[in-house]
Formats: sequence, structure tokens, C-alpha cells
Amino acid sequence: MAVVSPKVTADVIEAQEYPDLSNRFRVSGVPKIVINDQTEFVGAQREKKFVQEVVKAGGTT
Amino acid sequence: MEGTGKPTPSWEDLMAMIQPDDLAKIRTFFDSHLQDPVTVELYTQPRSKLVVPGQQECEYCEETEQLLREVADVSDKITLEVHNVRENPQAGAAHGISASDVPAFVLLGQNKGQVRYFGIPAGYEFAGFLNGIAEVSSGQTPLSQDSLDELANLSSDVHIRVFVTPG
Repeated sequence: MAVVSPKVTADVIEAQEYPDLSNRFRVSGVPKIVINDQTEFVGAQREKKFVQEVVKAGGTT
Repeated sequence: MEGTGKPTPSWEDLMAMIQPDDLAKIRTFFDSHLQDPVTVELYTQPRSKLVVPGQQECEYCEETEQLLREVADVSDKITLEVHNVRENPQAGAAHGISASDVPAFVLLGQNKGQVRYFGIPAGYEFAGFLNGIAEVSSGQTPLSQDSLDELANLSSDVHIRVFVTPG
């Protein structure tokens, strides 16, 4: 999504090397996805749902 | 000693992280998937020669640099730029990467948004990282047209964090 949209920043974070960030977002299983520090889900997501959550977080024109 | 028989293997060759078979597979993948150049900007901190109390060493910085270098060496389309945050703590500021974020790197190519990695992209993450390079090189993703249409209308910035582990 960050490839196609200038509004999106996508971070891949190796949880064990970044324990502070992992603790902040209470990472206990991976993959864990956090959108705008708020919406969270654990486990691989279907594209449609993932995109919906991103659009919900960013709003649309 | 040039031109006098076999070149002496360097230690880097002997200590390669990526096996020759895998390098060949990566080369095949890159040959068919890379289009435009990709720059990998790595923010890292070399191991210090002195032990300084209170100063944290970066556990995976050297491995990450080596892994990225081996990948970059596979294709002329990939350039690795290494920034030492100990010498220049502001090096990654333009990408929102602070001096304590080591190792971290960004992929720069045909991507419109930011693609950043924090930590070594090893193990299960390695294939995803190679796909990331290919997508940044081509600007193309496997996203459906519906998804592309929805994302095209985004009105404010969205920050996606994906936490992973290599094993």
C-alpha cells in the first residue's frame, strides 16, 4: 500500500530488536499490524479488510 | 598480484550469509522482477572499538549491513547506501529514523509512500523483503483494482506498522 499511495508509510519491525516499540504496542504474536497507533490486528489479514481499515484510518476525499 | 592465478578469497566470501544456491534463485527473481533502480538507505552503527559504559551496542547492525550488501551485489539495479548514525545522528531524519533506530533502512524507488524496515529482514521475513524490493522497483503491487481505487482517495496520512519475527 505504501508503494502505491503517497499517504501511506509502511514499517516492518523486527519485534525482538525493537523491544520498546513492541512493548508499547503489546506485541505478543506476529504478524501484528497497527494502523495509526490505534487499530490493531494479529495474524495475516485478507487484503480487502486490511485496505478497509487503512481507508477508515486515513479517511477519503 | 593481479593476473597471477586465482584471486584470494576475501573473508566476506567465506563468511557469506546467503548460500550460493539461494543467491542464484535471488538473481533469477530479480532478473524477472526488477525494473527501475532501487536505493537501500541503511542507518546503522558500527561496533565501537572501546567499551563505553551506558552505550548500547547494536546487536544486528553488522549482520544487517552484510545481508543487504549481499542482496545489493546480486543486481546492478540495487544500490546500498550506508549511513553511520554515530557519526551523523541526523542522517535518517528525513525518513523519520532517529539515531536509536538501528539497524533501520528505507527502500527508495518507484514507491509513492515510505517503505521502512526496522531490524534485520532475515528468516521468514527475507522473502517478503525481496518482494518489497521488486514492488518498489516496479511500482507495481498485487493489490486488486478495487484496493487501488480505494487507496487513491485517501485524504490523510496512514502509518502502518507490521511487527514480525525472523523465526
